Amino acid sequence: MNAIQADHLIKRFGSVTAVNDVSLAVREGEIFGFLGPNGAGKTTTMRLLTGVLTPDSGAVHINGIDIHRHPLDAKMQMGVIPESSTVYGDLSAEQNLQLSGQMYGMSRALREERIAELLSRMGLSEKRRLPVRTFSKGMKQRVSIACAIIHRPHVLLLDEPTSGLDVQSRRLVIETIRDMNEQGSTIFLTTHNIEEANTLCQTVCIINKGKIVAQDSPERLKKMFDTTQSVEVSFDRAVTRDLFAAEAILRAEPCGDKWRLYTDNPDRVLKYIVGRAAQESIGITSLTTSGPSLEEAFVQITECA
Amino acid sequence: MMEIPLALRGIVVITKKNMRLYYTKPPVLMFGLLFPLFMFFAFFVGRKLDLTTFFPAFLAMMLFFTASSVGPLITPWEKREKTYERLLSYPVTQDSIILGDLTAGAIFGIGISLLVWTVSLFLVPVAVTNTGLFALAFILGTLSCAALGVLLASPATDSPPNVMIFSNLIRFPLIFISGIFVPLAQMQGLGLTLAYCSPLTYLVDLFNAAMSGASVFSPIVDCGVLIGVSAVFIFAARVIQMRNLVKGL
Repeated sequence: MNAIQADHLIKRFGSVTAVNDVSLAVREGEIFGFLGPNGAGKTTTMRLLTGVLTPDSGAVHINGIDIHRHPLDAKMQMGVIPESSTVYGDLSAEQNLQLSGQMYGMSRALREERIAELLSRMGLSEKRRLPVRTFSKGMKQRVSIACAIIHRPHVLLLDEPTSGLDVQSRRLVIETIRDMNEQGSTIFLTTHNIEEANTLCQTVCIINKGKIVAQDSPERLKKMFDTTQSVEVSFDRAVTRDLFAAEAILRAEPCGDKWRLYTDNPDRVLKYIVGRAAQESIGITSLTTSGPSLEEAFVQITECA
Repeated sequence: MMEIPLALRGIVVITKKNMRLYYTKPPVLMFGLLFPLFMFFAFFVGRKLDLTTFFPAFLAMMLFFTASSVGPLITPWEKREKTYERLLSYPVTQDSIILGDLTAGAIFGIGISLLVWTVSLFLVPVAVTNTGLFALAFILGTLSCAALGVLLASPATDSPPNVMIFSNLIRFPLIFISGIFVPLAQMQGLGLTLAYCSPLTYLVDLFNAAMSGASVFSPIVDCGVLIGVSAVFIFAARVIQMRNLVKGL
C-alpha cells in the first residue's frame, strides 16, 4: 500500500485548470520531492493531498483512507507544514504546540512530554513562553514544524519548508525531515530548491502547467536528460580560453576564479589539463569533476513541456 | 463512526482557541462591548425614559452586539495571519470551524449579557415574569446573533477591518428598525414592514414576553423565527465559506 496515492486529480479555478489529471504514488517510508516552477500547480496539488481543497475529479488516499470521504481519519495520519510559517503569533511556542496536540487528540501527559522534547530539539526551550510574533522567520518555521510532527505522523507533507530561511534554520529543518523519515514517516516535500531535492529525495516528481512531466529517482532523471559531465579547474594564474582548445572539451565557461569545462569524457579532459598545465608551467590549485545536474534536467524538462 | 467524536473534539478545541485569541481583540471589545454601552448611554440616560419598559430591548441589543462581534473577526484574521490553511489541515472540517466560531461568539454574547443583566438587577427595577422563556430568549438570541456573526465573516477577504466595516453596515441599521428605540407597537408603515424583516425584532419581542409579558407576536412565532434564521445563517455561511475557501489562503 502506498502512503499517498493520488489518482487523476483535476482542479479548476474558473477557466484556469491549476491541476490537470495529476496521478502520483508515494511509497511508504520514502522522501518524495515535488518540483515545479512558480505557478506550476505545486501548492494546489499539496492542498488537494492534505484535504484543504476538494478536487473537481479524482481521489486521494492517505494510507489507504480516502481523504475526501473520511477527511478526519485521513488527516489524523498526516502532519502538514503549509508554505508560510502558519503559527499563531499571539500564542507562545508552547501554546501553539498545546493547540496542535489538542487538535490531534493527544492526552495532556503525552502532550507535555512531546512538547518538552520538541522544544529542546528545535532549540526553543528558553523561549517557550514568548509570543511567537517576536520570533524570527526561522524560529517561526521551527515552531510550525514542531506543530506538524507533535503526533508523530505517518505522513509528513511540507510546502517549501526551507524557503527564505537562514543556514542554521535550514539545516535544522533538513535534519528534522531526515530524522522523521528514519523513524518511519513518509515525506512529501514541495520545493524550489533543486539541490535540496537532489540530496534528500528518493523520488522526484516534476509538475509544469498543472501536469506531471517527469517522475523518477534524481539520478535517473539527470541521466535521462543530460549525459554531459563537467570538470572544474582553477590555476595559480589567469589563463585564456585558448588553453582549453581540445577535442574532448565541448564547452569552456569561466566560473568565478575557476573554469568549468563540459565534456562527455572527463577522463580525457583531466589528462589533457594536467599535461597542458605542466607544458605551460601553470600550477593547478583545484580540480574536480561533477556529473549531470538535476537543475539541468529540471530546466530541460520544464522547457520541453 | 470514528469521525463524529473527532468532529466534536475539533469544535471544542477551535472554540477554546477562539476564546483565548479573539475575545480581547480591539474590534471585539470596541464593537461587542463598548458600542452597545455607548448606545445605551446615548439613547436612554437623561431622557426620562421608563428603563423598565426599555430594558428588554437594551438586553436584546447587548446580546445582539456581543454575540455577533466575534464571528466576523475570526476567519479574516486567520486568513491574514496565514493560520487558516493550517487549521484546515488539522483533523477538522469546515463545519467544525464554523461551529467553533459560532460557539465562541455565542459564549461571549451570553457571558457579557448575563454579566450586564446581573449588574442591572441592582440598578434597574426589572422583573422576569417567565423564567423559562427568558432563558430561551437568551439561548436563541445568542445562537441567532452568533450565526449572523459567522455569516458576516464569509466574504472572501483577509482584511479584518474591511469585514468589521461590512458587518457594522449590516448590524447598525438593524438596531433602528427592530423595536429597540421605538417600541414595535408604536411603529407603522414602512418602519413596521422593515421591523418584520429583522430577526432582532423577534428577539426584542421574546425578551418583552419573558420580562413584562407584553409581546406583539406569540413567543412560539418569535422562537420559530429565531431558530429559522439561525439555520439559514449557518447554512448560508457554510455555502459562502466553502465557495470562498481558497481566497485569501
